[in-house]
Amino acid sequence: MRHLLSTADLGRDQALTILDTAEDMASVSGREVKKLPTLRGRTVVNLFFEDSTRTRISFEVAAKRLSADVINFSAKGSSVSKGESLKDTAQTLQAMGADGVVIRHPASGAPHTLAHAGWIDAGVVNAGDGTHEHPTQALLDAFTIRRRLHGAAGRGRDLDGVSVTIVGDILHSRVARSNVWLLHLLGARVRLVAPATLLPVGIGDWPVEAGYDLDAAVAEGPDVLMMLRVQAERMHDAFFPGEREYSREWGLTDERLARLPATTMVMHPGPMNRGLEISAAAADSPASTVLDQVANGVSVRMSALYHLLAGEE
Amino acid sequence: MTTRILGATLPDGTTADLAIDRGVFVDPAEAGSARRTIDAAGLLALPGLVDLHTHLREPGFEQSETVLTGTRAAAAGGYTAVFAMANTQPVQDTAGVVEQVQALGLRAGYATVRPIGAVTVGLRGERLAEIGAMAASRAAVTVFSDDGMCVHDPLLMRRALEYVKTFDGVVAQHAQDPRLTVDAQMNEGEVSARLGLAGWPAVAEESIIARDVLLAEHVGARLHVCHVSTAGAVEVIRWAKARGIRVTAEATPHHLLLTEDLVVGYDSRFKVNPPLRTAEDVSALRAGLADGTIDIVATDHAPHPAEAKECAWGEAANGMVGLESALSVVHAAMVETGLLGWADVARVMSRTPARIGGLRGYGRAFAVGAPAQLALYDPAAAAEFSLDSLHGRSTNSPYLGRTLPGRVRHVFHDGVPTVADGGLRPADEVAAARQEVVA
Amino acid sequence: MTRIVLQSADIGRALTRISHEILESNKGPDGLVLLGIPTRGATLARRIGALLSGIAGAAVPVGSLDVTMHRDDLHRNPTRAPQPTEIPAEGIDGRVVVLVDDVLFSGRSIRAALDALQDLGRPAAVRLAVLVDRGHRELPIRPDFVGKNLPSSREERVNVRLSEVDGGEDEVTIA
Ligand SMILES: [Zn+2]
Repeated sequence: MRHLLSTADLGRDQALTILDTAEDMASVSGREVKKLPTLRGRTVVNLFFEDSTRTRISFEVAAKRLSADVINFSAKGSSVSKGESLKDTAQTLQAMGADGVVIRHPASGAPHTLAHAGWIDAGVVNAGDGTHEHPTQALLDAFTIRRRLHGAAGRGRDLDGVSVTIVGDILHSRVARSNVWLLHLLGARVRLVAPATLLPVGIGDWPVEAGYDLDAAVAEGPDVLMMLRVQAERMHDAFFPGEREYSREWGLTDERLARLPATTMVMHPGPMNRGLEISAAAADSPASTVLDQVANGVSVRMSALYHLLAGEE
Repeated sequence: MTTRILGATLPDGTTADLAIDRGVFVDPAEAGSARRTIDAAGLLALPGLVDLHTHLREPGFEQSETVLTGTRAAAAGGYTAVFAMANTQPVQDTAGVVEQVQALGLRAGYATVRPIGAVTVGLRGERLAEIGAMAASRAAVTVFSDDGMCVHDPLLMRRALEYVKTFDGVVAQHAQDPRLTVDAQMNEGEVSARLGLAGWPAVAEESIIARDVLLAEHVGARLHVCHVSTAGAVEVIRWAKARGIRVTAEATPHHLLLTEDLVVGYDSRFKVNPPLRTAEDVSALRAGLADGTIDIVATDHAPHPAEAKECAWGEAANGMVGLESALSVVHAAMVETGLLGWADVARVMSRTPARIGGLRGYGRAFAVGAPAQLALYDPAAAAEFSLDSLHGRSTNSPYLGRTLPGRVRHVFHDGVPTVADGGLRPADEVAAARQEVVA
Repeated sequence: MTRIVLQSADIGRALTRISHEILESNKGPDGLVLLGIPTRGATLARRIGALLSGIAGAAVPVGSLDVTMHRDDLHRNPTRAPQPTEIPAEGIDGRVVVLVDDVLFSGRSIRAALDALQDLGRPAAVRLAVLVDRGHRELPIRPDFVGKNLPSSREERVNVRLSEVDGGEDEVTIA
């Protein structure tokens, strides 16, 4: 694997290999010496054109546990000056001898351009690009689901027959896109629930069932209910009239939580708007996997970095 | 003094000799001794092409293109006249600026440059520009457009259509509802949904065209629609024409050949406004051009410096250069598919755009006494389109690396050879030869 | 030119002998932990574990220790998926760990295994059991228990087949 840009590029075996290696990485994270010498001498650059402390730290911890040298390049700080182009930055990183670049960018496709424009030899990991994809988030979600279902015995298994309902702003969600391709690849049945304004035009060929009714989806008792973050500015752009109505129609309220089977996992990629798309009780309930997701993020990212950067050049 | 062209194939398929003297076509039988003879066996004689939609970028964006470099690109593509869009800096919204652009064209000599005047001051869509002054200027502007921006305010559009009528001009509308296309990055549909790029829905084009043809009907004005790109827009225009509304429309070469699937690799050479659409849209455009619903092909030649394209898709500029490739693309999309013959190509790429733009001398191709605007094209040649094929200042062509049919061999602008034996002639020679003709 | 070096019965005898030697040197089964290096080392460790229980009448904990992440030659090979590391519940602290591998060659895998072991705890002692020692060491590493010493040239390939992993009959070949 040269780059990790989109879960749509992954084959089933590749995806399972990443998840299985993440199991090994998880066991490393559970012991006293949490470090492997695997990427000693390799340089990983966290290139963040968009603020996301959580994702950056997760990648940083992952790279450091594999003994890579980590350089943080942030557009918000001083290291990427305003107006400096992606190309200029890429050439700088190339000159520094970066082996891997973890990129977060507000423009969809920027990681693809970085990987394929010929500016840089490094392996590229997409850490979230615009409204396109966030492949490591989807991998950690799949990993979290598999662990909850099968524990450590999940190794080698896919998600055949698991029903996953993703709720919220599908239109602007890179998490949703990456999850749709990956969960489908792993055999899960994916359903999308959102107001029509937040479902993209042109999803007719997506391997999903799409609908508007969260109560109907709850009544089916899915194995996984994944709530997406809602941005306040969507309200101002008339995607929905207001927080109250959104919460009433598409929020995981206490009342809906009570109607879910006890076995349903409640997932959220974070950060959560408590009281908007998810109630505080739902977020903190035993059904919630939110903290597992954070911990698993490090294991999955270690696995991804290993598969991208450990092998021959 | 005379140039003789022997055995050229005319657009109607017949073969004839042509002769040019002192800037005009002369009767080959009565022409004096030839200074130069071109063996045109196997070459197609087309009237010099006319582009109603070119961005020459001067003044203001000379790092992208200048009048000189843009008209060199035009000549290389077989063009002898271009209409220069108004979105320069300063904007072509006063008599002074349009006269400056026209003078630059005259000095360069590669092609006639007809400036297009802005409809509104600064293209801001707030109040009308000095349309009368531009019409009365030495540039004698007849086409007005805010291209790049849509004249969105319906009342302002109505006034513009009415006011331009006073000067027998035409408003060329860039049909794009701005509210429906905020941050739009590509055609809205299955590809945009996958790529997570904000969609540019067909309806944003079609609703403006529908409104504008009704406005044109209501006030009895002429309307020209720039770069039609959707099947629905073709339908609306077909309906309007059937109703007798005075609307003309253009399609670009790229919308006749390329589809949105090319965006999948996020290669910003394929980023253009309006965006590349679906294969169904391409077929509808071709059918519309074939049946006359769409009147002309116009390039929307839009040069950008490398740095405006070497970046993430969302940050890249919209636009493609197109003058050098237009004829070959139309050849591939329309002639090789059997939808148009060469006489039709002469109509949609020369005679009709000249008529819409009020440009004289293109009504009767090759007629004795008419200005010698001529392109000799080798339709049997085929080659990979490469950087060597480009002659402007920018290289943002979507065709680099693609094999395209045909090749422009010779071009005469007002009788002055601008392209000879497949090569662009040097600027000083063109300027000197032009002095001779004018004298 | 493939030549069979050990047949199924030879392998069985070699493992039995190794088991006896382990018990002898450790003065019984107490405190032993067998860790096989995947893939075939892990299989051999399980077999030796079963033999030890049979001989000594007490179960010896068996696990596996993947060394992929500790290898120093990752850059030179295509990326491979690591195998599971399974440490027995008893842990390794204060115990006598016997590393088990199929073929001992350069010694680099064992170096990586010692490195990996260090991250997991502090054994009282570490021993090494291999089915085949083919020589050509690049590091100062020496096995404690050897099934067969097999002089070979660097270019030759030694191939161990075990029924649990490869199907068919056990055998060791050289080509
Ligand atoms: Zn336009």
